[in-house]
Amino acid sequence: MLTRLLSGDTPRSGLLTVLLLIVLVSLAFAPFLFPGTRSLETAARICIFIVLVASYDLLLGYAGIVSFAHTMFFGIGAYGTALALSATGPSYGSLIWGTVAGAVAAAVFALAIGLFSLRVKAIFFAMVTLAVASAFAVLVSQMSWLTGGEDGLNYRIPRALTPAFKLFDEKILGVRINGKLLAYYLVFFVSVILFLAMLRIVNSPFGRTLKAVRDNAFRAEAIGYRVVWYRTTATVLSAVMAALAGSLLAIWLRYTGPATTLSMEIMIDILLMVVIGGMGTLYGAVLGATLFILAQTYLQTLMGVAADATSAVPLFSTLVAPERWLLWLGVLFILSVYFFPSGIVGRLRAGRV
Amino acid sequence: MAKEHPILETRDLTIRFGGHVAVDGVSASFERGSLTAIVGPNGAGKTTYFNLISGQLSATSGAVLLNGEAITRLSVPERTDRGIGRAFQLTNLFPTLSVRENVRLVAQAKARKGFDLFSVAESHVELLERADHVLAEVRLIDKAEQTVAALPHGDQRKLEVALLIALGSQVLMFDEPTAGMSVDEVPVILDLIRKLKSDMDRTILLVEHKMDVIRSLADRIIVLHNGALVADGAPAEVIALPVVQEAYLGKTPDASANSGEAA
Ligand SMILES: Nc1ncnc2c1ncn2[C@@H]1O[C@H](COP(=O)(O)OP(=O)(O)OP(=O)(O)O)[C@@H](O)[C@H]1O
Ligand SMILES: [Mg+2]
Repeated sequence: MLTRLLSGDTPRSGLLTVLLLIVLVSLAFAPFLFPGTRSLETAARICIFIVLVASYDLLLGYAGIVSFAHTMFFGIGAYGTALALSATGPSYGSLIWGTVAGAVAAAVFALAIGLFSLRVKAIFFAMVTLAVASAFAVLVSQMSWLTGGEDGLNYRIPRALTPAFKLFDEKILGVRINGKLLAYYLVFFVSVILFLAMLRIVNSPFGRTLKAVRDNAFRAEAIGYRVVWYRTTATVLSAVMAALAGSLLAIWLRYTGPATTLSMEIMIDILLMVVIGGMGTLYGAVLGATLFILAQTYLQTLMGVAADATSAVPLFSTLVAPERWLLWLGVLFILSVYFFPSGIVGRLRAGRV
Repeated sequence: MAKEHPILETRDLTIRFGGHVAVDGVSASFERGSLTAIVGPNGAGKTTYFNLISGQLSATSGAVLLNGEAITRLSVPERTDRGIGRAFQLTNLFPTLSVRENVRLVAQAKARKGFDLFSVAESHVELLERADHVLAEVRLIDKAEQTVAALPHGDQRKLEVALLIALGSQVLMFDEPTAGMSVDEVPVILDLIRKLKSDMDRTILLVEHKMDVIRSLADRIIVLHNGALVADGAPAEVIALPVVQEAYLGKTPDASANSGEAA
């Protein structure tokens, strides 16, 4: 049953299983295990980024396609939901049509880019996605009458998903069951479903064919696979998944703007998360996204504590000053790539821990 | 049963690379169930001729016909679908995947299941069985779990042949299948090729340098030289031709070839 749910793709390493279970349990019970707004924000971000990074790995790790337009699709989903909620009010109806419209728009865009550029060399596709994504970001910030420009959009979501809504009067396990918590579980369960759907896709005959195309497109054609169709379909699927992750973010934040969805910084973060976790395995997305976001969120705090504690040691305390957190994140990244060239999951599986 | 068309035919097939004519007006037809050896010195255009038939290269002029229908403008996978299969002179596999997965992918392509997104690949037991059956035939079953990149060269050559056997197309083209294989493996592969022809009625084109192999397998020999077809006929006849003796066998005179009557 469990193996079926995982599409036969079990972690195949004891330590990896343990790590994944820790992530799963922590996210599933986050509101109770780690009370507080900040930790709930972090948990929701992790859920959303697991989906986003997994959808990118579908393209990069499985199909071997380098795209720089992933945040564009993420943004299309977020803006779809955001615009619908702004335009037709905070109802579930707007939420659903906005999300569907975002996903469809992402699919159409991806199809067009794919058919236009995947016939040619892989580097051409990468360049086209870079150009299209940059143009899209400029367009979004220019069309401020629609998108709110750089300021983005603030909007209301269905009341049952907001902190103002209380399900019960009493607290349960010391936590108030309010709309924010319901919104978290919406994010959590949708993320789990999307992740399992992607796990199925990569283990399906289609997913196996993608790996063949990645390995040797020339031979894949010679045994009868139409490589362009496979690459294009992978691009579309990955774009739709990214758009759905974007919709989740739009619902969770009740705000959508260029900085939270479209920025090149997020694109780079996604790339780093895929590489740290391990390309070509969706479990890599889970570990990559979790570790990266935890580091991004708490490294600064942790370093503040360390700097205070070591204020007597002159050189060391400057090194761990909170402003240097980005430097340390860089160091962590270089170390992880150096020691785990095939990512954390690749390392764990090879080690047969 | 319309028997009017040969299964495969090339008409005036030509390809030019800049000023160099690599295949020069080659016309030949191949009967169903025949095994034709294609010989010629290095650079004669044998591999290029294959590339034109299976579609990796497009002809400058001329036509390729399958069952009387022109397929000259079709893409590689379209030609594969219609029944043209091809193994490569330079091993051309899926290096990071397992040996079994390489063959399974061929079986999956043949069953047209590549676009199935919703089932688990491993649940298609018949594809795995088909893969294992072929691997047993080429004696690679013990290495089914290994990654292709880690395989010795000889085993990669066997897998190259295995992929084409798994494809089992109407027309099968082997480009020096036994080159680089250890001596005791060669007869296994040759037996398999013979079986494809006699038991399965496949049409086979075989590029091969070893004369003993050609003699034991081929019904017919085609000789290419500088891209042009210079001889075409039964093995004994062709081997005895002076042009062949000069152009191809000149360096390695073959005593038994002289017993051929035709000239
Ligand atoms: N893509 C290409 N571009 C330019 N020239 C090519 C190309 N492919 C083949 N040639 C040339 O065409 C000629 C025929 O090459 P081909 O590989 O068909 O020979 P071959 O008969 O298979 O030789 P061998 O026995 O060495 O395999 C050679 O001179 C080669 O350099
Ligand atoms: Mg050749």
